[in-house]
This record gives sequence, structure tokens and C-alpha cells, in this order.
Amino acid sequence: MALDRIEKILEKYFEAQTSIAEEKELKDYFNSPDVAQHLEQYKPMFVYAVQAKQEQFTATIPLKTNKRKSVVWLSVAASVAVLLGVGLFTFNHYNQPEQENLGTINDPEIAFRETQKALAMISESVNKGIGSMGYLNEYEQSKNKIFKK
Amino acid sequence: MNQNEFMQLVNPFKDKLFRVAKRLLVSTEEAEDATQEVLVKLWNRNESLDEYKSVEAVAMTMTKNYCLDQLKSKRAGNMKIVHNNFTDREASLQQKVEDSDTWSWVERIMNDLPEQQKLIVQMRDIEEMEFEEMSKVLEMNEQAIRTALSRARKSIREKMIKTHHYGIG
Repeated sequence: MALDRIEKILEKYFEAQTSIAEEKELKDYFNSPDVAQHLEQYKPMFVYAVQAKQEQFTATIPLKTNKRKSVVWLSVAASVAVLLGVGLFTFNHYNQPEQENLGTINDPEIAFRETQKALAMISESVNKGIGSMGYLNEYEQSKNKIFKK
Repeated sequence: MNQNEFMQLVNPFKDKLFRVAKRLLVSTEEAEDATQEVLVKLWNRNESLDEYKSVEAVAMTMTKNYCLDQLKSKRAGNMKIVHNNFTDREASLQQKVEDSDTWSWVERIMNDLPEQQKLIVQMRDIEEMEFEEMSKVLEMNEQAIRTALSRARKSIREKMIKTHHYGIG
């Protein structure tokens, strides 16, 4: 290889103006056995650059995280489903009997009496309420005295 | 994407990430931890990976940021830096004599460069990346990268010539 070409590229190299191809040329030259003596001093730089690229990453990559995550979510979903199921079941189980207990009366006479009793109870409490409405009449009268139409 | 597909995607550049991490963190163990961390983070982004134009560039940026953070937090918790520099230089002088004809002291010279220059030399001279790629990862323009690269190469040359002369004299 022409020596002055190498010298020229080397000069450009230190100004960071070389292309990847030119840098490869330098690496090839300096990694060959016959380097001109006055350029010998640059040899280690280029020998090292080639050697340093040989180093490899040998450790394993722990990639289990993603799977573990989905298992966690699955178990969370499963336990929520079980809890909901049990909860709904017990809720229905304890609430239903009370509603059925209301029952029905088959004998019409007893039914009539029971209805009367119930209605009487309602009218009694309604009358109690109306009783206190009597006071309002007093207000009405005094209002009419003051604001005569 | 399943694990096999992910490994196939990552395989071509995982060594590169490791070497960049090692350039910055120096220790092999720490570089391995950093690479693992970055790859796991990448795996967790699994679904969105297709959106990136270059997964490699993303991974490289993540590695760079992770390592720089790592160094920053180490420095915050460790005040012995000045002293370390001092002892380091003494040790390397001794070792320079021992292995003056091997390339391992080029590595030591590189360890003395500022972090940004280390990254740039690693990416360009060792990984042979184009300036365009580098400017994406480093978030710098090409001209600034060239300037820093030229400076780094010259300071490596300077130190190397010095040791070369020591070797002769």
C-alpha cells in the first residue's frame, strides 16, 4: 500500500475527517506485519481498536419479568372472581327467606278483617296527623283579620 | 413478540451495548449489570418496539443514559475521586513499563479521557458507527462530534507518543 496515501489518511484521521472506509484502511494497514518504522508509534491505537471489538457480552438476560407479571394479574383476577361469587351467593341466601315470609291468607273473611284492621290503622294515623292541622285554622283566621280582601 | 424473537432482535447489538457500557463504567461486572438492565427495560417496552425506526439506536441511547446516571450517583456518594486519580497515575506508570508493547495501555489512556470523548471514540473507532447514527444517540450535531473526536484522537496520540519515547529512552 502506498505510504503517502496512509500518511495522508492518517492526517485526516486526527482531524476527524475520515470516512469509515478510510478508517478501515488504516486499521488494516496497522494490523499488518509490515508497518513503516516512523509510523510504528501509531500501531497500538489501531491494533487496540480492532481487539476491543472482540469483547462479548456473556451474561444471561433475565427476561422472566413479563410472564410473571401476567401470572400475578391472572391470580388477582381469579381471586376477585371467587370473592364476588361467594359474596353474591351469601347475599342471596340470607335475603330471600325474609321476602317469602310475607305469606298469603286463603280464607276471604279473615282476609277482609285483616284488611280492615290495616286500613283502620292507616286512617288512625292519618287522623292523628290531621288533628294537628287544626292549629293552622287559627292562623288562617287571624291572617284574614289583618289582610282584609 | 416472544422471547426468541426478542433475542434475535437484540443479538446483533448486545455486545456493542456491553462494550459501550464497559468503556464508561470500566468494571466488567458493572457493565454487565448495565447491559442486563437496559435489555430488560427494552423487553418491558415490548409492545411499542415496532414503533421505533432503529431499536439499536434506542438501546444505545438508553445504555449511554443509564451509565452516565450510574456514574453521577457514584460520584455523588463518593468523595475520593481526587485521591483515586492520583494513585491511578502512579500505578499506570509502573504498568506502562511492564506492557509497553501490548495494546492494553491504550485502554488505560482512553480511561483518562472525559466521558463524552470516551463515548465518541468508542462509537466511532471501535464500533465503526456513522456520524449520523452517533448524533442521534448522543443528541449532538455532527460538527460537534467531529471536533470532540479530533480532540480525543489527538490526546490519545500525544500520550501514546510520550510513552513510546519513554520506552526508547
